[in-house]
Amino acid sequence: MQQEPIVEIRDVAFGYDAARPVLNEVSLTIPRGSVVGIMGQSGCGKTTLLRIIMGALLPSAGAAHVLGRQTLGLGREELYAMRRKMGMLFQFGALFTDMTVYQNVAFPMREHTNLSADLIHDLVMLKLHAVGLRGASRLLPAALSGGMARRVALARSIALDPQLILYDEPFTGLDPISFGVIVRLIRELNDSLGATSIIVTHDVQEALGVVDYVYFMAAGRVIARGTPDEIRGSDEPFVNQFVNGRRDGPVPFHYPAPGYDADLELAAS
Amino acid sequence: MRMADLSARTARLRARLERLGSTVTSLVWRLGFASRFLVYMVLHSGTAFRRFRLTIAQVYFAGVLSLVIILVSGLFVGMVLALQGYDTLQRYGSSEALGVLVALSLVRELGPVVAGLLFASRAGSAITAEIGLMKATEQLSAMEMMAVDPIARVVAPRFWGGVISMPLLAALFSAMGIFGGYLVGVQLIGVDAGAFWSQMQAAVDWDNDILNGVIKSVVFGAAVSWIAVFEGYDAPPTAEGVSRATTRTVVTSSLAILALDFILTALMFTGGN
Repeated sequence: MQQEPIVEIRDVAFGYDAARPVLNEVSLTIPRGSVVGIMGQSGCGKTTLLRIIMGALLPSAGAAHVLGRQTLGLGREELYAMRRKMGMLFQFGALFTDMTVYQNVAFPMREHTNLSADLIHDLVMLKLHAVGLRGASRLLPAALSGGMARRVALARSIALDPQLILYDEPFTGLDPISFGVIVRLIRELNDSLGATSIIVTHDVQEALGVVDYVYFMAAGRVIARGTPDEIRGSDEPFVNQFVNGRRDGPVPFHYPAPGYDADLELAAS
Repeated sequence: MRMADLSARTARLRARLERLGSTVTSLVWRLGFASRFLVYMVLHSGTAFRRFRLTIAQVYFAGVLSLVIILVSGLFVGMVLALQGYDTLQRYGSSEALGVLVALSLVRELGPVVAGLLFASRAGSAITAEIGLMKATEQLSAMEMMAVDPIARVVAPRFWGGVISMPLLAALFSAMGIFGGYLVGVQLIGVDAGAFWSQMQAAVDWDNDILNGVIKSVVFGAAVSWIAVFEGYDAPPTAEGVSRATTRTVVTSSLAILALDFILTALMFTGGN
């Protein structure tokens, strides 16, 4: 028997206002244990989709089943109970700047468990060791490099051993070494925790190396899906332009404008 | 021609009225939002009291770190009061009443009001900027994602920390002011020390003066803290948004203190005294 998927989005539509729909009939299924990428251009609705998965936004049509619950109609308590099983890595880490690295990682444990200080200490060291930053436990976030901050945030997001880990643009602004470290950590942590990971990103080439399956989005729709190899070989013009980073294609280089001649006042009036 | 002129004028007038209307509506809407925010925060203040160390930390940030400006200002306000008060009182031969004048001015009015204004610009602005920046850097969203309510964990302790700090700061301001008045009046000008203190003791009433001053400072503390946390939480998550919110906190709190002071004074000190 096949296990039920950890996230199932069916025909979801969403708009911040009625005139501008952001998502349109989006459907996707994320099986347990996998690392799935949601890719596409900035502004295509990826982050909105992520917010729907974490229950911060509710779909205006369709349904989102996450961790066996439908997010629509969940009360605050139930939503919080669901989020305790999730970890989220924000784009720039979102570490608490008034706490040390240690306190940041300990934060979810102190808020949600009654573990003794000794046990929390051991767990924090375990998590920090996993991201290679046990030695930085006393530092404040201001003293960390961007890549280190991202790793600390990663340690914090797995503090309670989540079943589902969400990554919002985890590769943005990283140097190649930090980048490689994060890529490796995403895979390792996913497999060692037995978790499921969703990576939302526009760094397609890089992300294709980590993920098992890709959903490609454009203008609020899923326009392509498949394994990384299928995506690389896709002949869908948009995917092709995106994966290969071509300047012009279905996504035009020029923002819609009146004729060039008219703007330069060359045309006879 | 005339008709067109007239209709253009009505259109302008209409546009102006519409602008006024929308300004008023959005103000009322914001006030309603702020009130709901206050109710939610008070209802979710359990954490701030159960884990009182969170609130104590905020008393330190809002209160203890404001001490220097409060104490120095109090001292100087008291000294100036003594100089000005003596100048007027000695014309009527009642310079011994200097202690009464200094104490009553401070305890009833200047203590709560000036300390409140200083508190708004020193601590209120800091609270707004901190919460606003936490929002802008997604720290509040991160908390929310970790199933921790940021209003209960971050906002409420700051609010209660402000409410607790403000009366203490106002009391210290008044005490320091009276000391400043003593320094100038008694030590510098030479008013009789016995008269200075005994007249003050006789004239300052516990219920009428001290308690009313304390009530004022509690009300101001609550108003400033409420405005500060709300502006921070409501700030657009950008550098400009946070800077505007910080300015708004200082301006709105100062105006609120002055307006509330008038209302409270009218309620407390009309008739009888």
